[in-house]
Amino acid sequence: MNKIELSILFLIGLPFFAFALSLIIPSKKENLLSRLSFISLGLQLVVSILFVAIWWWTGAEKINLKEFTVFKSEHYEFYIDFMFDRISAVFLLVGAYLTFLITLYSRYYLHRETGYKRFFNTLLFFYSGYNLIILSGNFETLFIGWEILGWSSFLLIAFYRTRYLPVKNAVKIYSIYRIGDVGLLLAMWMTHHLWHENINFMRLSQSELVISHLQEASWLGLFISLAILLSALAKSAQLPFCSWLPRAMEGPTPSSAIFYGSLAINMGVFLLLRTMPFWEHQWIVRILIGLMGLLTAIVAEMTARVQSSVKSQIAYSSISQIGLIFIELSFGFEILALIHFAGNAFLRTYQLLVSPSVVSYLIREQFYLPSAKLSLKKTNSRLQNTLYILSLKEWKVDEWLFKSLWRPMKWVGKQLRFVAIRHALYLFIPLYLFLASLLLFKNQIPYPIVNNLPTILGLIGLLAVFKAIYERKSAFFSWMLIVFNHFWVLLAISFNDEFNLTDSLVFLSGVIPSGLLGYWILRRLANRENGISLSSFQGHVYEHPVMALAFLFACLGLSGFPISPTFIGEDLIFSHIKPNEIGLAIIIALSFVLDGIAIVRIYARIFLGPHSKNYHSKAIRSS
Amino acid sequence: MNSSKMEKPFDLKDCLHQLAHYLPSQSPLKDFIHHNSLHAFQDNDFFSGLFKASRLFGYQSFLAINEFRRKYNTGAIRQDILERVIAENEGKEKVAYWKELILHSPVEDRPHALIGALRSEWKNTYFIDLDSAVYPLLFRLLNAYLDQGIALWKFPKEGGFLNSLRQLEQNSQLSIFQTKQARARFLDPSIGITQLLEKIVGRESLFEQYLFDQQFAHPGWSGMIATLEDKPQSLLDRSPIALEELILLELHLEWDALDALLYGDWHSLGNIISPPPPLNFETQEFTLEEKCLRYAQLALEWSFYDQVLAAFSKSPSTKGGKSKEISFQALFCIDDRECSLRRNLESQDPLCQTFGTPGFFNMAFYFQPEGTENNTKVCPAPMHPPYLIKELGSNKKKKKDLHLSRRMQSIHNSTLMSQTMGFWSAIKLFFNLFKPSISPATSSSFNHMSHNSELSIDASNPPQFENNLQLGFSLEEQLDRLEGQLRSIGLIDDFAPLVYFVAHGASSVNNPYYAAYDCGACSGRPGSVNARVISHIANKTEVRQLLAKRGIHIPDSTRFVGALHDTTQDDIVFYDAQSLPPALMEKHLKNVHTFEVALDFNAKERSRRLELVNSKKSAAEIHKKLRLRAVSLFEPRPELNHATNALCVVAPRNKSLDIFLDRRAFLNSYEPELDVDGSALASILNAATPVCGGINLEYYFSRVDNHKLGAGSKLPHNVMGLIGVANGIDGDLRTGLPIQMIEIHDPLRLMMIVYAKKEKIDAVLAANPKTADWYQKEWTLLSSIDPETQEVFTYSKGDWHLYNPLFEIKEHDAFESLFEKSPENLPVYKIKK
Repeated sequence: MNKIELSILFLIGLPFFAFALSLIIPSKKENLLSRLSFISLGLQLVVSILFVAIWWWTGAEKINLKEFTVFKSEHYEFYIDFMFDRISAVFLLVGAYLTFLITLYSRYYLHRETGYKRFFNTLLFFYSGYNLIILSGNFETLFIGWEILGWSSFLLIAFYRTRYLPVKNAVKIYSIYRIGDVGLLLAMWMTHHLWHENINFMRLSQSELVISHLQEASWLGLFISLAILLSALAKSAQLPFCSWLPRAMEGPTPSSAIFYGSLAINMGVFLLLRTMPFWEHQWIVRILIGLMGLLTAIVAEMTARVQSSVKSQIAYSSISQIGLIFIELSFGFEILALIHFAGNAFLRTYQLLVSPSVVSYLIREQFYLPSAKLSLKKTNSRLQNTLYILSLKEWKVDEWLFKSLWRPMKWVGKQLRFVAIRHALYLFIPLYLFLASLLLFKNQIPYPIVNNLPTILGLIGLLAVFKAIYERKSAFFSWMLIVFNHFWVLLAISFNDEFNLTDSLVFLSGVIPSGLLGYWILRRLANRENGISLSSFQGHVYEHPVMALAFLFACLGLSGFPISPTFIGEDLIFSHIKPNEIGLAIIIALSFVLDGIAIVRIYARIFLGPHSKNYHSKAIRSS
Repeated sequence: MNSSKMEKPFDLKDCLHQLAHYLPSQSPLKDFIHHNSLHAFQDNDFFSGLFKASRLFGYQSFLAINEFRRKYNTGAIRQDILERVIAENEGKEKVAYWKELILHSPVEDRPHALIGALRSEWKNTYFIDLDSAVYPLLFRLLNAYLDQGIALWKFPKEGGFLNSLRQLEQNSQLSIFQTKQARARFLDPSIGITQLLEKIVGRESLFEQYLFDQQFAHPGWSGMIATLEDKPQSLLDRSPIALEELILLELHLEWDALDALLYGDWHSLGNIISPPPPLNFETQEFTLEEKCLRYAQLALEWSFYDQVLAAFSKSPSTKGGKSKEISFQALFCIDDRECSLRRNLESQDPLCQTFGTPGFFNMAFYFQPEGTENNTKVCPAPMHPPYLIKELGSNKKKKKDLHLSRRMQSIHNSTLMSQTMGFWSAIKLFFNLFKPSISPATSSSFNHMSHNSELSIDASNPPQFENNLQLGFSLEEQLDRLEGQLRSIGLIDDFAPLVYFVAHGASSVNNPYYAAYDCGACSGRPGSVNARVISHIANKTEVRQLLAKRGIHIPDSTRFVGALHDTTQDDIVFYDAQSLPPALMEKHLKNVHTFEVALDFNAKERSRRLELVNSKKSAAEIHKKLRLRAVSLFEPRPELNHATNALCVVAPRNKSLDIFLDRRAFLNSYEPELDVDGSALASILNAATPVCGGINLEYYFSRVDNHKLGAGSKLPHNVMGLIGVANGIDGDLRTGLPIQMIEIHDPLRLMMIVYAKKEKIDAVLAANPKTADWYQKEWTLLSSIDPETQEVFTYSKGDWHLYNPLFEIKEHDAFESLFEKSPENLPVYKIKK
């Protein structure tokens, strides 16, 4: 191992190490927790600065490190890979600087807050994921960080977990993040086929190689780019996903400042920067990126102007700036985009941190304003009024998203009302076993059937998740359906390609234990509390924090979070889908994504939100 | 709204009146004034009112029984007191039974509150979330209309809320509603609340209950609208609005949402459900659990009062012993935060004399700083004085901060900024974390009035008027006010060479509640102008001559000096001291030094409550640390304000001089023998009872139910339209105090201790029924110390009872080391001199 490799590993490992340590510090030890964060992030900042300085001094060459292989079979390899170039350098420095300052800030700001430990845990977890993303050298490594970011965002938005709105918004934002994940999953799938290997970003930046591949299969390239763009739009709150950003401002102000003001919100920008060598040869993609950026900048700017709360105003202003960064990217101005990113990140962080001061400052300013100036001009024209209402309604983007995305799924779920637990148990399990046994005679099945079987099986799995998401009462049923879905997906893939026992075991080795653990916890809780239901938020974390934590682990495992082998399994599954089977790929990607949403929904409804009991003080729903 | 009343036809006016009565009445942030959060229940006695509020609205009106038990285990609730409370209420033989019940019975869940049951039927029947469909837009419209200066693009206002909204709706391509029918209904002004209720609720007997459910599902916004309807002047940028308009709009939005969510396929709620239990406003018998809570609460309160009364019953009578020469006299606000500063001053200079009086110093007026046409009230909130005092020649410049300016949010500016100033922000943030300093974001008490400005105190003859306010006070008016001030505290002779009027204010940054930290007697502003004004008046020769005719002789050698004590930073500024004659100047400088040392010690005493400050360091070092709190962005507790307040003492300072009350007491000076007719006592009680009682009860309720009656944690707060705070961007406005202000507070009712004969107090109460009500219904408690016998009497249900304290009071002298050790409430001590 050379010094460079050591430094990069140190930069990535340190936050993870601090995170792990922070988990075992007792929650009463405020000082120890904050000191741990302060020292580790301080050290990280110093090392980052030194590292970047030396790297710059010695020629600023791109570095690629193939670290180690996690899983390998004859046609597939999952390996961890890191990369360092000026994009990583800028994101590293900005991230390290801001996170360090926020840690220091939060040491005092969060003093005595219930959840002090949870806050620092999540902050360190988030930062570990952030580092992994910006230093990742291939899609797989990036995806690990991506998942960490998703969950830590969920946990930070729902930091005030006993209130309704934070929990509701956390679920909502997690759902949008999952849409971003579909994009990334599909992009990963298609790149495997385009390059016939798990390509790293270093090779992706060799333009002759990219051009030659794109000439071979230009539509594959377009598909990949669009999938990446979808992911970037969702993560960076661009149209049509704008409205999640202001709603993410539910946690303590410093966490909002760093996550949604500066770092997390720029991950879409990072993804585009990282994959720029790939899509910059595709004019249509560049035009699309520029257009989405322009549209977002205009819409977000108008929306920002009518906001009468400080944080939503800052959020929309930030979105419009990121829209401009997208435009800069589409023109290929990489350095400008990097400067713009850094400036915007610093500015928004600071603005959010001083946002409570706005009352005394603006009231004073207004107090000293001549009274004539107070009554501002009226907006009278019809067009202006229309735009005003439109902006007040956030350009109805949410409404549109709801109508076009969630409502159809809800509709399907509603049509499945008749399906009950007994159907699942007595009808689908035997059916599943029967179909699985057919695998043995796969060669004897007529071709048209075997050809369409994977799609049909995938669809059955997908329907199970729909049902899981819209199940109103039984958490057990919903949970079971999610586990079910994984089995159907596996069956679909087994019919699609050669059945492979190792791959199947890898995939199921995460699903089965997590499924059982989750089921057991739900049972235990239901026994203690005389039943649980999905019909409303019940906030059982108030009385059962340990169960809530254990269930969270089950959720992570089942949703294919990188602590469970299912994470690699998901990638493996995709390697069995051929590039011409886009339908199947989309069905399975959707399955995974919706699984995640259904899982989070169960966790949130059972364990988070206002507690179902009245013997202690709790917030009203609207607060 | 009992069952018999339910049969009556729906009366909208009466219903609106009822709603406004029960909704929280919190003003916009800049006018934050403490008040009883459950003022609507004050026509009941304390315990009945609280239990009723709890049944109706689901508030926790007491500490949870487990918290009481914890307090019992730590000794904060004393065993002897608990047993006495039970014996007094249930009889001696039942003590063991009730004690067991209070301390060990299992905690049971409580039934749901009555509020909300009717409206929740939407969800139960149709599986829809009406609130989530209506609130985001409703709150947004209200906030946009009332916004005081955050949005760049303002709501087009055209007289009144609904009127503006209809104008907007009419002249727009796009509707705020989802369905066309809703738009048509909204634009038809003949459709009123009753018609909407007929469609939505259907059954007339449920109308009132439905509106209560609806409005109490977002009490923050509803309360704000009701308050603004009552006090439109509390918005600088006027936006007339009425609760009726809010309800009408909300009903329109509900109908619209029902149509959209259920595709028009729904029935009036009242016609398809069996009605839930009505909102029963009758007082009910206490349940077993309620009785337990009541005894636990009484035991907690008396565990402390008992110590205090023990101390007062043992303190010497005040007669005699005025022979010593007085070095200086200082008048402070009655504020509990000045309690310890006075003690520290007296221990630094035993020859000084301190007094307590409401911090506007009997000078009620509006103040207009230089450079604005606006003015601000600097006297107790219920007063409406017809006077204006202007600041002249301050030549101060306001520093700007582009980060806070809303002009920063537009796209071209912020593009430029993020490319340039963004990097400046990074540096600024660094310095603010490592070396906090004052910035334009800071709200500093010393900026209220410029140090070197002139004030227009004397009215011209004939007086001038601006906006119906008289400019300055006439000689006669000055005389009345000064005389009233001096007589009320009994300072009518033995004037020291220097008399200080010490006002107070606070400084903080990143604190939307800044107004709550300033002087309550000055409507949430610093009292510096008032202190300067009264000093100026008292120094005038013609005033003194006339005052002498009224029997108060101020020697020529005596000078009055105004000052401002910043309670966050523990700094003090003296006004107009440069004009003191040289001989006095020397004395003054000596006194300034005394003040500075006392402030250091005061800072040290305060620091014992702040976990992150090491109280073992020297007073001067700690003082430095505390100063930084006021300018640190990351400090959610610039100071702890009125937390732990529990007492109000109306007595000569001599009487409380040797009692250590640990910053828990409002102190009002009063000389019973100078107040033969009780008029001074009446004015003190009339002023102090609602002010101190209001502060005390707001702290009480924010502490016992921080989620519903308090504002929760301030860390996620988002400033809405400069008028309030909410969680996130779609939340309801929060009322009450955030947890950072009340976490160390013990919820005790205020005990008013009056150094006067009980007959005199009775006479005052009889003549002032409004004030008496507080004590008769026991929202504040009352006791009397007989000036002749030193006996203590407590007041209960209109009667006086001789009180025999159980507590053995101890002497203590090493307070500094005590402060270094304990962050908890300290017992009452006799101060060993």
